[in-house]
Amino acid sequence: MSLDYVKFAPGFEKFMPKEYRDMVEHGPFGKKTTVSQMGSFKEILEEHPMCAGCAMTLFIRLAMISFPNPEDTITVGTAGCGRLAISQAAIPFVYGNYGDQNGVASGLSRGLRLRFGDKPKDVVVMAGDGGTADIGFAQTLHSWIRKEKFTTIMLDNEVYGNTGGQESGMTSQGAVLKMAPLGKKFEKMDMVGMAKVAGCVYVATVVPNNPRRVEAVIKKAVLIAREVGPTYIQAYTSCNIEYAIPTDKVMEDAKNVEDNRYKFSEYISEEAKQYLAERYGYKEFLPKPAAAVTQA
Amino acid sequence: MSESLETAVKTNPQGDPITSVAAAPKTEVKKDPHADAKKQRVVTPEHMFFEAPRTKEFITGSEAAKEAVRRANVDLAIAYPITPQSETMQLVGVLYGEGYVKEYYRGEEEIGVMAAIAGGSRAGVRCFTATAGPGTLRGLEGIASWPGHRLPAVAFFTCRVVNAPLAIQPDNIEISYLLNCGMVVFHAENQQDVFDFLLKGFTISEMNDVTLPVGVCCDGFFVTHARGYVRMPEKGIKLPPREAWRGAVPVLDAENPPARLSRDAPVQKSNFMAYNIHAVWQQEVWAAVERSRKYINQYMGGLCTAENVEGADAIIVASGSAAAQSREAVRLCTEKNIKVGLIKIRSLRPFPTQELRQLCKNAKLIVIPEFNYVGWLAKEVATAIYGHSKAKIIAGPHVYGGQSMPVELIVDEVESGLTGKKSTNVPLSAIMGTDVDQGSVSHFMQNI
Repeated sequence: MSLDYVKFAPGFEKFMPKEYRDMVEHGPFGKKTTVSQMGSFKEILEEHPMCAGCAMTLFIRLAMISFPNPEDTITVGTAGCGRLAISQAAIPFVYGNYGDQNGVASGLSRGLRLRFGDKPKDVVVMAGDGGTADIGFAQTLHSWIRKEKFTTIMLDNEVYGNTGGQESGMTSQGAVLKMAPLGKKFEKMDMVGMAKVAGCVYVATVVPNNPRRVEAVIKKAVLIAREVGPTYIQAYTSCNIEYAIPTDKVMEDAKNVEDNRYKFSEYISEEAKQYLAERYGYKEFLPKPAAAVTQA
Repeated sequence: MSESLETAVKTNPQGDPITSVAAAPKTEVKKDPHADAKKQRVVTPEHMFFEAPRTKEFITGSEAAKEAVRRANVDLAIAYPITPQSETMQLVGVLYGEGYVKEYYRGEEEIGVMAAIAGGSRAGVRCFTATAGPGTLRGLEGIASWPGHRLPAVAFFTCRVVNAPLAIQPDNIEISYLLNCGMVVFHAENQQDVFDFLLKGFTISEMNDVTLPVGVCCDGFFVTHARGYVRMPEKGIKLPPREAWRGAVPVLDAENPPARLSRDAPVQKSNFMAYNIHAVWQQEVWAAVERSRKYINQYMGGLCTAENVEGADAIIVASGSAAAQSREAVRLCTEKNIKVGLIKIRSLRPFPTQELRQLCKNAKLIVIPEFNYVGWLAKEVATAIYGHSKAKIIAGPHVYGGQSMPVELIVDEVESGLTGKKSTNVPLSAIMGTDVDQGSVSHFMQNI
């Protein structure tokens, strides 16, 4: 990388805005930061125009802290609430057309690989449930089928929040929303199942009220996508406006939903396990010693 | 066992030796399929376009496109087989196999392809794709956003019918949709133009003060599937690679500070600054289209060409395959002692407005034959020369839906236009100029 681009040209320090100076002096670039250090460093996403109590914003903040290499990460998104926050971060963001994020990411990651070879340039797609499972469905599935090496994160608020609360494919059956005046008539789409069938080598579902788990999941997904294959994270990021969740109950709702129908799940291919163990020292994926296996 | 197989001669039931079985494995050393591509050497655009000796080959338009891509140092090409556009993208696949194109894949459909071209261009690599007709329109949301994102790339549109009933025949109505995207648009007449316009398109697209996609159009089948003579420099040379830092807007490689447009979405907000930012950005896109003129003049020898225009009573203005038919019409007219000139328009965006005003100044009649129903070129020409020429403008003849254009149709229009005889092929409403019924003209301009 060129960490240089986040540094000041000599002599210009005192003319730079405070925000910028904080980012250079106390930001996460070139350092290892974790969610447990939140509040002690300048995050790449702080100010944003999202609604009060928005769980999606918390998740995006946690995800951005968790990027293993923020200085070499490029995010790709589409229309929706999420991009209003993602676009404010101090890392590049591609805001393309409606639902084209996985197509853009395919060309982007292949192009970056041509230019930078093995030097990691992490491409992370962050789009909503509508962008990923409805309008962008073909491009999402085909990027997985083609084994495109980047991470797809669905910010699943189970509704078209940004356009004012219409039903999406990820809305649960029965939910009454705009465009579903009698309640949604079919089930929530099984994107996790489809991700596995389409060839994702790492698939996880997560809610934002467990920051360390979010961090672990994001790190694994981004690292695996560098060399092994496509990875998919589906995050429950409730819309407290459209689902009328009181702002002080957003985390409680997330916990309830997690307990009832959005349980933490993680699928990781054998190849991905081996890769994490060998390349990044993930001890839990190291092959068990022969003696231990026989004892068991 | 393997020895006995090698010696046995297989025969069919009639006793004839079967020759279509797989040949015995050759023992010679396996040749590197990329060997020739690796030997290609980079030359300057000037050398490629003007100095390198050229040899003539008799090839199809799709093959001409392939040969242009071979010499264009393309990094990423993405294909989709719209039925039956042309062989272009599968031939580019052959180039990928040979190592002339570094990365290549078959996309899911055109929206996905155009999105991935946008991603590749943002990554800073040189991108190419081709599509046609319904594929162009399907991908148009993406294509129309390339100029605003200032994404250099070259797309080849091998035009065909887009409207229902579904057909696969040539018809260039899709160009009218491309004209207002903010990209540079060329219209190739023949196989030679396809080769030259594509190759030069890459260089023009990546000029710092342009930084725009270039669309090269041609009329499907007439150009893509038919053969013509193409003069080309040797295969062993290629253009310099794309220099990612050179663009007017930084690429998204996390090596350069990201462009504000990509980073924020300020234009999304409903306030004066948002409107202002978007307005200024659009102005800049079209200003970049204007700035490409000098490179089109430099590398392509002008936005249009003029043949026999000096002293001509009538001028035929045409682009694409219509220009080829018009050239023959000019020859027939000359035999009849009618003084007719031909202006062939190569660049539709930017449009040769000043050139046309100058060239059409003294013409009495302008005939604009087109391979589409709506007459988009006639409107462009009429708008460009409005107030600068007293000529009667005949927006026609038109053929569409796969029809070919008999040269006699064009000759008829020239003759009837000059003599005042009523045309049998062009309605009165498609005849414009100072001496015609303005009500009919407005009918044509508004209705189509």
